[in-house]
Amino acid sequence: MDVKEIRKQFPILHQEVNDSPLVYLDSAATSQKPYKVIEAVEDYYRRYNSNVHRGVHTLGSLATDGYEGAREKVRSFIHAASTQEIVFTRGTTTAINTVAYSYGRTNLQEGDEIVLTPMEHHSNIIPWQQTAKATGATLKYIPMQADGTLSLEDVKATITSNTKIVAVTHVSNVLGTLNPIREIAQIAHDNGAVILVDGAQSVPHMKVNVQELDCDFFAFSGHKMGGPTGIGVLYGKKRLLENMEPVEFGGEMIDFVDLYDSTWKELPWKFEGGTPIIAGAIGLGAAIDFLEDIGMDNIEAHETELAQYALDQLKDVDGLHIYGPDKRAALVTFNIDSVHPHDAATVLDSEGIAVRAGHHCAQPLMKWLDVVATARASFYVYNTKEDIDTLKEGLIKTKEYFGDVFA
Amino acid sequence: MSLHSNLDTLYRQVIMDHYKNPRNRGDIEGDALHINMNNPTCGDRIQLQLKVDDNKISDAKFVGEGCSISLSSASMMTEAVKGQTLEDALEMSDIFSKMMQGQDYDDEKFELGDIEALQGVTKFPARIKCATLAWKAMEKGLNEEEDK
Repeated sequence: MDVKEIRKQFPILHQEVNDSPLVYLDSAATSQKPYKVIEAVEDYYRRYNSNVHRGVHTLGSLATDGYEGAREKVRSFIHAASTQEIVFTRGTTTAINTVAYSYGRTNLQEGDEIVLTPMEHHSNIIPWQQTAKATGATLKYIPMQADGTLSLEDVKATITSNTKIVAVTHVSNVLGTLNPIREIAQIAHDNGAVILVDGAQSVPHMKVNVQELDCDFFAFSGHKMGGPTGIGVLYGKKRLLENMEPVEFGGEMIDFVDLYDSTWKELPWKFEGGTPIIAGAIGLGAAIDFLEDIGMDNIEAHETELAQYALDQLKDVDGLHIYGPDKRAALVTFNIDSVHPHDAATVLDSEGIAVRAGHHCAQPLMKWLDVVATARASFYVYNTKEDIDTLKEGLIKTKEYFGDVFA
Repeated sequence: MSLHSNLDTLYRQVIMDHYKNPRNRGDIEGDALHINMNNPTCGDRIQLQLKVDDNKISDAKFVGEGCSISLSSASMMTEAVKGQTLEDALEMSDIFSKMMQGQDYDDEKFELGDIEALQGVTKFPARIKCATLAWKAMEKGLNEEEDK
């Protein structure tokens, strides 16, 4: 894999920020976009912008082919059995909310349990809190090990015959923990529960096979994998989606409409009310083509190397605390002694280095770590070991700068 | 170091002094207004405590967690509003808000002192919310007090 060549495909990377070459280390928040994606979206708007699934004109057919073609690319990318199981949404959040609302509110009642983990992003906590409040179900959390991983013994001890839904992230956006989804799915199924997996931080970075994982629902976002914002995916097993009611009603999702009642289209369209996110889906399809051209195995190997290199390098920085397990996805969350992460991020930004500072939409996890906030550097296919070297230098400067101030 | 020139407009010495040695950090004994305010995007949170007697702020203290900008601003704000009438404290808040937005403000009515060191924040838009957190808490508390 030639990272230099790959970097050429990302126009945004070739600029100076605060008089230094941009070092973009915030891909876990959103990734940058290759020409292929930018051009696919532009091509749609320039050449065949039209609404889908209606009318008989030529542009309409082209747009429908583009939109449905993207669905097939997604299906093949995550190895789903059928495009009927691929619902386009606004992003991971909307996908999870759809399941929490449609599946959760119909299938849960008082006495039932929803099982989560403390490392979930807010978007995989709050929808379940709301469903629990509406149905009388209770929330339970699988405890975490000291290094931020889950033990299967704890998973087995937490999931019971009262558990109806297990909602767990594939990869933690803060700790980088990779959760054993297949094993957790097995335990959930043995207890008669369904499992929803938040794949926002896994799909962009590794091969995902939803059938092998045997998850019932799987959610992810396009913008973290080189695609546009505003497009995401809800995968659901067909027999489950078929029995779920739509959450949004209107055009596009109907079969017959009468004055007093209506019927829905078949899957997946019954969940896609209104004019869909056509350009977004086409852009996501282009992002998948881009990633597959490089090869997900190559991307994963590259990022594993970066993660290991980052851990090795940053370990040496005096006063730096790194959170999360040794075996991790390509991100490093840290704090520097007596420097607030905001201040660290501002000093790094003055050197052209973009990192995230804050609670990363994971306030319960911050509490578990016993910190108010952290800084996070996250890597993608276009990052290099030199980027990590620059980060290390920047962190040493940050320490020196605040060291001077505190002297 | 050369990188400092730009950063130094943000991290002025006086700001770092308030960060290192915050004034009025702690709890007011006895009855006081308690106002909790946080910055949901970054996790900064402060609890401001105000004692109001005869339409005047007789004491102001804060507890909380945050970055150098939010904590130093809280420290400066409590110093500035102590002894002020509610109207004057709210007017100071308005002046501070104008300063943060880079607008012209009346720099004669009040002795702004250390607060003017925060002017550099305007060049770092991402940090303006840090600087205004404590002031927003003060406004909220006084507005609620006036509504009583």
